[in-house]
Amino acid sequence: MMLEGKVCLITGSTRGIGWATAELFAQQGASVVLNSRGGDLLEERRHSLQERFGTPVISLAANAGDPRAVQECYMEIFKQFKKLDILVNNAGIMQDAPLGMITSELIDSVVRTNIAGPILHLQAAARLMGRAKSGSIVNLTSIVGRVGKEGQTVYASSKAALIGMTRAAAKELAPRGIRVNAVAPGMIDTDMTRALSEDHHRAALESIKLGRIGQPSEVAQTILFLASDMSSYITGQVLGVDGGMII
Amino acid sequence: METSLDKLKSVFVAALPLSENVDYNQIIYGQTNGWDSIAHMTLVAELETQFDVMLTTDELIGLSSFSKAKELLQQHGVAFE
Repeated sequence: MMLEGKVCLITGSTRGIGWATAELFAQQGASVVLNSRGGDLLEERRHSLQERFGTPVISLAANAGDPRAVQECYMEIFKQFKKLDILVNNAGIMQDAPLGMITSELIDSVVRTNIAGPILHLQAAARLMGRAKSGSIVNLTSIVGRVGKEGQTVYASSKAALIGMTRAAAKELAPRGIRVNAVAPGMIDTDMTRALSEDHHRAALESIKLGRIGQPSEVAQTILFLASDMSSYITGQVLGVDGGMII
Repeated sequence: METSLDKLKSVFVAALPLSENVDYNQIIYGQTNGWDSIAHMTLVAELETQFDVMLTTDELIGLSSFSKAKELLQQHGVAFE
């Protein structure tokens, strides 16, 4: 098992790519810390992982952009496990709006969840990882953070920020033995992409060289690679999981 | 037996390039040679490991001297004789 003895926090882990990652990590023997804004689903997910994989699983409700909630989250991880080996910065929101329709509320909300949240997690995780002088952080960006997309100026900006964040943190944390990488999914079959219009779906499909939409499990496998020692000499990289949308 | 004060001194010695006859009460962030932002993170990690505590971000930023470190640890339940 690739993650036996490792403590892993996955933000936004009740749905889509986050949930697929949590399942794969539990299957690989990790102690899993689930996180979302809260609710019944979070507890259901915790029970599900524990029953199926028999690995330690805890669930922590915390809004990714709330500094105090994030701090308390790490206090709890410290209390229960005394360490953190892997952080998957997955929580994010996608809200489309053409340029003329972007409100300041939309900007605030996306920036708080998609940029401030990952920075807060990265900062706290690096401190716990720094004690062991090892760790791996995987940030979930998006293909639109690399190439942009009409109607997604705010979302694309936030995902581009994650790429800059990944590279800056990788440079700063490398001397402390902590690797930081990013995964940039293309069109993946999640609640988020199912909410897109039919036209949007069709156009995306036409641009995928492999001719199909990706599955969350395929992104999770890439996250596992970057999180595990299989990628021990890789840091500061952005790995596309997009079926060839960008070649 | 090692006291909490001895342990705190050892943490500073491990994290910062201090001279043998250093006056611990004069160790201040940004003024003491070698205590820069990088060394600060090493110091915090060492402090948290040795005393089995986790500081908040505000505490981390406020950790600006040896005496401040002692004060913060006391707030986390560490007893100094």
